[in-house]
This record gives sequence, structure tokens and C-alpha cells, in this order.
Amino acid sequence: MPKLTVDGIEVEVPAGATVLQACEAAGKEIPRFCYHERLSIAGNCRMCLVEVKPGPPKPQASCALPAADNQEIRTDSPMVKAAREGVMEFLLINHPLDCPICDQGGECDLQDQSVAYGRGHSRYTENKRAVTEKYMGPIIKTIMTRCIQCTRCVRFGEEVAGVEDIGAIYRGENMQITTYLEKAFKSELSGNVADLCPVGALTHKPVAFEYRSWELKKNLSIDVMDAVGTNIRLDSRGRQVMRVLPRINEDVNEEWAHDKTRYHVDALVRRRLDKPYVRKDGKVVEASWDEAFDAIAAAAKAAGSSVAAVAGDLVDCETMFAAKSLVKALGSDLLEGRQTGLSYDVSNLGSVAFNTTIAGIEEADAILLVGSNLRFEAPLINTRIRKAIKKGAKVFAIGEETDLTYKVEWLGNDLGLLAKLPASAAEAIDAAKKPVLIVGPAALKEGQGATLAMASAFQRDGWNGFNVVHTAAARMGGLMLGYAQKGGIADIIAAAPKLAFFLGADEVNFEGFKDSFKVYVGHHGDNGAHHADVILPGATYAEKPGTYVNLEGRVQRADRAVFAPGDAREDWTILRALSDRLGHTLPFDTFEQLRAQMASEVPALGQEGLAGYAFSPPKLAAKASGPVGYAVADFYLTNAICRASPTMQRCSAELIHGEDFAEAAE
Amino acid sequence: MLADKDRIFTNVYGFQPWNLPAAQKRGDWDKTKDLMSIGQDAIIDKIKASGLRGRGGAGFPTGMKWSFMPKEPRPDRPNFLVINADESEPGSCKDREIIRHDPHKLIEGALIAGFAMRARAAYIYIRGEYIREAETLFAAVKEAYDAGLLGKNACKSGYDFDVFVHRGAGAYICGEETAMLESLEGKKGQPRLKPPFPAGAGLYGCPTTVNNVESIAVVPTILRRGPEWFSSFGNENNRGTKLFQISGHVEKPCVVEEAMSIPFRELIEKHCGGIRGGWDNLLAVIPGGSSVPLVPAAQIMDCPMDFDGLRALGSGLGTAAIIVMDKSTDVVRAISRLSYFYKHESCGQCTPCREGTGWMWRVMERLRTGDADISEIDTLQQVTKQVEGHTICALGDAAAWPIQGLIRHFRPELERRINERQAGNGMQEAAE
Repeated sequence: MPKLTVDGIEVEVPAGATVLQACEAAGKEIPRFCYHERLSIAGNCRMCLVEVKPGPPKPQASCALPAADNQEIRTDSPMVKAAREGVMEFLLINHPLDCPICDQGGECDLQDQSVAYGRGHSRYTENKRAVTEKYMGPIIKTIMTRCIQCTRCVRFGEEVAGVEDIGAIYRGENMQITTYLEKAFKSELSGNVADLCPVGALTHKPVAFEYRSWELKKNLSIDVMDAVGTNIRLDSRGRQVMRVLPRINEDVNEEWAHDKTRYHVDALVRRRLDKPYVRKDGKVVEASWDEAFDAIAAAAKAAGSSVAAVAGDLVDCETMFAAKSLVKALGSDLLEGRQTGLSYDVSNLGSVAFNTTIAGIEEADAILLVGSNLRFEAPLINTRIRKAIKKGAKVFAIGEETDLTYKVEWLGNDLGLLAKLPASAAEAIDAAKKPVLIVGPAALKEGQGATLAMASAFQRDGWNGFNVVHTAAARMGGLMLGYAQKGGIADIIAAAPKLAFFLGADEVNFEGFKDSFKVYVGHHGDNGAHHADVILPGATYAEKPGTYVNLEGRVQRADRAVFAPGDAREDWTILRALSDRLGHTLPFDTFEQLRAQMASEVPALGQEGLAGYAFSPPKLAAKASGPVGYAVADFYLTNAICRASPTMQRCSAELIHGEDFAEAAE
Repeated sequence: MLADKDRIFTNVYGFQPWNLPAAQKRGDWDKTKDLMSIGQDAIIDKIKASGLRGRGGAGFPTGMKWSFMPKEPRPDRPNFLVINADESEPGSCKDREIIRHDPHKLIEGALIAGFAMRARAAYIYIRGEYIREAETLFAAVKEAYDAGLLGKNACKSGYDFDVFVHRGAGAYICGEETAMLESLEGKKGQPRLKPPFPAGAGLYGCPTTVNNVESIAVVPTILRRGPEWFSSFGNENNRGTKLFQISGHVEKPCVVEEAMSIPFRELIEKHCGGIRGGWDNLLAVIPGGSSVPLVPAAQIMDCPMDFDGLRALGSGLGTAAIIVMDKSTDVVRAISRLSYFYKHESCGQCTPCREGTGWMWRVMERLRTGDADISEIDTLQQVTKQVEGHTICALGDAAAWPIQGLIRHFRPELERRINERQAGNGMQEAAE
């Protein structure tokens, strides 16, 4: 624990801390461009120079200098002031003065720091450097003349994303950041480099010139594009969400978000269901709420208690609870959330949860993936595995070989291997202090018993290494609310409900519901709306407050950012109004009452944080064999929202299907 | 004047073949095993006692540098010796002569120095443009392997030692020690942040010492003839003999081995036939390769050519690449050309050097033609100060110093050009 003084203030910092961290501990702001807490230290912007005694009589880069006992740091001396002014002047001589048309304007590190630490005028009268634009794919827009060569994007690509697509070529003042062959930056995390860029060199291409940052209203929310539960901020202007930014949550997403989280928002105003529809003579036609409710009431009268509800991947717990209450009031308990037909055993929630926690993955020293392409199923868990590997973890995998961005020992594509692991993997797991098993959604289909049978090999004192990955944001909440039949959705189909509610459920095979009266409550005109008899326009996650449970069992709350378009309403209010019409009025009038009732029924949903499932794996048939696939084929088109997004369609076409969109050089 | 019997580099002019039999006749590889048998610490002590300072420019005591290496390297983190033959400093050409005419001095030195610092192997990083020299070096290393002088049980000493020759691709910055390590590892040649220093974490993260070719090549002779012999040359703190490379406006430019601290006038008179046009025609001298400030004629004439003597003049010995400029020289253009060189060779990693070298060169070009304002001289001086000492490696300093030297000693010349140009412009305007 080195003790040092910063501007006369004595601070003690943990061993291994840098001088920059010591200065922050002392409450001194150190300007920086290249330094970033989550990336390796480059020390190349020279903005963080401070005066250090003892040491050479020149300023030192505080980001790279280890804090040591008895150092005397000055951040306010004339030498430091001159050094900052000098570096600032150098950074600005070749930086264009195009702030008025720059998308980074208003949230630009260079702007802020030049105001705070610059001289206020330039002595540079020569011509400025211009740099040609680079093609970095559908997500990243480049204006490379603005680049200050901090290399944050290069380091992010190498270290976090694990895709060495971005680099620096040439040298001296001709140094340029580029994707070497002007190919797209092929990473699910590419959008983060636009956030990391301290200037406007890399910006978000889908929203170029759409907004100024100070126009936006900021609301806190939770991402529903996968089951990780990324903490996000929805920035909206008027009634439109303009962008999604990750919030810092060390337990979940650190400060990253993947591209689907960020760029699906253009779909929130496209293909929206903004009016109720009723099917007449085989065609859906616009209707009023009353007509729609009348049609449902007629069907409900005929159906009696033959009612079911199927929850989609994006719905919040409140919607599911309201639907469950309605179905119950009508006399049924046919609830299911696993739309695609999975029917794994859910008698113990601990055995279908991510027990190590996401952050816990970093401590793992041996990891076995079973049928899980984490790069697509949960990219932010994939980055944690990369961190674990950096600390020495070994990764083994059963499944079809694919590029996970790190070194994997592929054991083969056969679930039979679970019973007889190759020696290398078995020994590594036995020897590991914190072994981790990650079961992908595809493996849950055939291999749940087999993976649970080997769960004991991943138990250590105070450590449960058994993890299941889900891909639906609604999954764990749905399971907690009882949206699971023993045989999965097949049980519902077998029960042949006369009336079926589909809560944003678009992945269902509707063949089985031919004879049901189908009510679709949702927000996008996708598969579900296509098959529905009545469509009730609901709200997306951005347009309603809600509770979501991520794959760890972490209960998180989201706020409303904007209002739903047209006649669309928040889903719980639709169900509440419908219950009134059906004569089974649900016993809550406000959202708070609904939440309180949900919390009294499932207490874990009443407070934010880990639900803390007990782990007592059920005894299942442990025999499994044959190949295991992957649950997500096209990362960019997994749900109704992103299928409606032009950006996601473009990403899918270019990054998954290899279509060529490279623009001709101007 | 250094007697012939005291010369270390006896074939620096290539009058004899470079190959192994000829080298052995000159005394190389003679009882190398005995030199090593005195033990590693004893070798380091002898080098310390000899007062040898690094010949690459910085002048750090070589023996002390070796003593920073771990005494008991871990098997998974062996020590390495890296020999810097990326001789790219304008004016410098001594390593080239050593490698093409006396490569076995270097290879034998590599073995002994590597043994002393407990290195597993030596990497010789040779400049890309040295094509014939690299061919010679490859051939010489092969000869040494074939003769059992390198490899397993090198020279029958019981020590295993390999020498690898690696060719650079022609970037000046790869002569910086940590950029050289990056380049050797196959990465872009950009200097690393220090600390950690290479002795702690260098090549592939292993303890590494980087030495200049000349520093290594003199080691066997120092051990053979004794540190006292070596330290009998030169002034206090500046011991030994040194290869001086004199280029520019002397009658006979040459590379010559001389005792350290030889006065400049004596060096030029004895070996170069004097200044072109006589001593009165001398304008200025860059005494240590392009990166040190120039020294005007009056100050350098009787200065001892060593580290401390030149430091007292505000310059430095550098690699002892002496660039002599007589009064026919356009000194502003000369320094401007050096500025262009540093702008071209800046790696671009850190801000002050990346942006500052280009700025400095552009202002220098305008000062050359006088197309500037008098106040810009001060601005330029401030810009050099903003670069100097603010960068990761010393290239920023190297780019700043020549300009600082020019402004310090030739400011009247700069002002004259500006004034004349402005006067000229004024006349033109009047004519319109």
C-alpha cells in the first residue's frame, strides 16, 4: 500500500495502482485521452503528464507510472500546466474545427479538455492534415481527419472484442487508424469503439446527423435483446428513442453493450402495431378497442376455461403476471414461455440459472462450453471469458467449431462426450479451483440430464460452477412466474386451448394453434401478428416500466423512456381493461398495485438484485448423444424488434451473410 | 595519436578478409574459453573497471547495465542479449565497418557478453539497408557455428549460446531499444513505455539487455588486454578507444579508431587532412550524429571529443559521428533537412512527436527561405521545448535538439533571412 502525496494531499493507494489513480483518489482530475480503465495502458496521448519527485526533471505520464512510496506528485505546477497546454496545442493543430457538424459535439473529450486545459488560441499557421475515410462496416462511421491516434479502438478490438480488425498503419504524422483492408469491423461489440473514441473520428453510423447530444432526454432501462440484462440508458427526443448507451454495472455488462442492444432502436418506430386489428373473412382489418374486445369476449365465452397464454422473449414480468392472473381468473393454468419448443426440467430454478454470476466467470480457471456459441448468445459473457483466459483459464467446448475470439480446445460435436470427457479436459476440470460449465440453450434440449449429471464435478467449496445460458430476456422471469409446462409448448398444443393469448410471442410455430382463437398482444407486425385473430397493440420495453430477470436471476427494473405510438397501450393496462370486459376484473388498478401483488406472489420479484435460487439438481436421464447445434443462427435478427430494424438487417446481410456493401472510394 | 598496437579494430578498413581464418590470425576467438572461465561476475567487474560507456549514444556504463540482469534466470524466462546494429543515425557508419570487415569481433563479443549476463541467446538486429553487411554477418555467424564457437557448448566452454541475426526493414525508430524489441517480436516498431525497463521485461517479456555493436565488439579485446589498458586512454569517466566517423567538409572523410578525449583539432588534422579551405573556413560541427545540437567553430576547435567535454558545450558525443560544415554550408537548410528526417521517421505513437516534428519542419522550411516573422523563431523554440522531454522515447528530444542548437548559435542568420525577404517583398510591393 504505497503512501504518497498529491499536491500536498496524502493518499494511500492499493499496491499496483498508477499515479493517475492516486491523483484521482486525492480528488485531482487528470486529463487523458488514451487511458481507459478497461483497456491496457498505452501512454501515448501524453495528456496526463504530472510532475513527480523523485524522478527526472521532466513531466511523467501518470497513467503508466506505478505509484510508489514517498512520491510527491504535483498536478498544479507551472510545469504541468505548460505540458498540458503543449500537448493540447499539438492535438489541435491537425484536428479540424468542424465541431458544429460533428456528432461528437457536446460530449467530446477533446472539446471539454481543450476548454479546461488548452491555451485558447493556436499558433499553428501551416496547412492541416487531412485523412481519407475508412470503411468500418455498417455500424461505425469514420471521419478520420478528426482522429487523435489515441488507439483506444485498436486496443478495444484486440483486448475486449478479440477481433484484430482495427490497427494503425504508417508512421509519424501519417499514422492512420484503419481496418487493414477496409473491411467491416466484424464484431458484435463494434459499437463500443464509437463510445470509446474521445473525439468524433468514430461515430455511430445509423444515427449520423440525427441528433445533438444535449437535445436528448435520458432514461434508465434494461436491455431485452438477450438474457444478460445489460444496463442501458435510453436517450430520446420527443417520442422517439434516438440511441441506446450502456450504463456501468460491474456485475453485468461492465460498460459495454453489443450492437443489437445499441442499434435496434430505429425499429421502435418501424412496423409498429399502433391500432387494434380484428380478423374478418381471413383478413385482419383495423378496428376500435371496443370491437377488438367484443371479438375476444365472444371467443372467451365459447372457450370457457380452455385458455392459454404464451409469453414472448421480450416481455416484462408485470405483463406476464397480468396475463397469468387473467388466465387464472378464466380458470386455466396453461402458461408457457419457451416458444420454440424447449421442455427442459424447471423444477429447480438453480439448475437452469447462471450460477457463477457473470462477473464470477472472470475467476474461472477451467471452462467447458456445451452447445453454446456465446459470441451470439451472450457476447458480454464472452468478453468475461476472454478476461478469464488472460488470467490463465483454459476453455474446452463441445459443439461445432466456430470462432469464439479466443483459443478453445474443441472436444468434438457429440453430446456423448459428456459422459466420457477426454483426459485433457477432465484433468483440467479436476485440477481447477473454480471450474465452470456453461450449457447453451441448444444443449438444454437433449443434454440437460447429461450436463446436470456432471454438475457435481463443477462444485467447490463456496463455488457452484454450473451455468445455463438463455437467450430470452423474459426467460428467467417467466420461469419464476410459472410460465412453463412439463412438456413445454407441446403440452399447450395438446390441451388445444380455444382461446390463446400471445404476449409478443413471434417464434411460436402457429401450426399447432390452428383451432385456437389467437389474441396477439405485442408491438411489432411480425410472425405473431400475422397469425393472430385479434391484434392488441402493446408497448415495447422502451415504452413501459418493467421488471426483468436476467440469466443469473438478477432482478432489474427499467423505466419508461417514451410513450407508445398511436393507440398502443402498456400491455398490463390492455390486459386489465380486457379482464373488465370479460367480467373477471383483475384486482389491481395501478402499476404499483400490480407490482405489489406480483411481489406478494413471487417475493424475489419484489426487490432488485440476485434472486438467489437454491441449487438442487433434479435426477434426470443422463444419457445423451449426437451432435448439438447452436440456438442463434443470425445474431442480428433474433426477435421482432431487430427484424424490423434496417440497421440490423444490414448488419445481418453484411456481417453474417457476407453481402458486400463497401462504398466506392470517393 | 593512438598507436597501431593499441587498436582494437585492426581490420576496420578491410585490408584483410573478414572471414574466420583471417579473424583468428588477428587474434579473435583466441582462447575465448579462458576468457569465459574467469566467471560471469568477474567479466562484469572487468568491464566496469575498464570504464567502458555504451557506444550507441547515451553513454551508459556498460558493465553496470549488464549487472542489472537477473543473476539466476528462471528457465521459463531466459535472459536475452539484443545487439543494436540498426545504425540509422545520419552521419553514423561505424557499426557498418565493424560488421562488414570484422564481424567476428562482434560475434565473439556477443558470446562473452551474453555469457556474462547469463543470456540464452543474442539477437543481432541489423539495419535493413545493410544488405551486404547482413550477408557478411550471416556468413560469419555460420562460420562460427560450423567451427563450434557458437551453439551447444560454445567454444567448449560448457555454455550453450545462440546468435540470431534479424534484419530490420529500414525504420530509424527501430534503433530505439524498446522499439527494436517490438520489431523483433514481429510488431510495429513503436517504443514501449518505461518502466518496466528491458532488464526487467524486455524481449518476449524476458530480461533483456540492448547494447550497441561497438560496445559488444570491444569486449573480448578489453578482457584480453586488461581493463587497465583500456582505461589508460581518455579522460576520467570517458575511457577507452572509440571509432570516430568524420564526414562533411574535411579533406579526407574517414572512420578511424582513436583514443577518447582527443581534441577535435588533432583528430581532424591527423586523420582527415584538415578542414576544407582551412580552419578559418569552419562554420560549425555536429559532433555526435544528427540528433545532437551543432557546435559553432570557435567552441569546438579545442574541445576534447568525449561525453563530458561535448556535454559542457551543450551538445553530446552521441555515436561520435562528426559532421563537419564549412562556411559554404547553408546551415539553416542543413538543420531543416534533419527536421524533415525526424518528421519522416517519427513513429506516430505519442502526440508531441507525431504532431510536433511536422510542425517544426514546416516552420524550418519557411525560416530557410525567410518566409516568416521574427516572432516565429521564438515560437519554434517554444515548440521544441514542448516536444523535448514530453515523449515516450528520445526521438522527440533528438528532433528538438538540432533546432535548439541552430537557434542558440545562428539566430542572427535566421533573422537576416527574414529581414532580407521582408525588405525584398517591400520593394516588390512598391513597384506595383
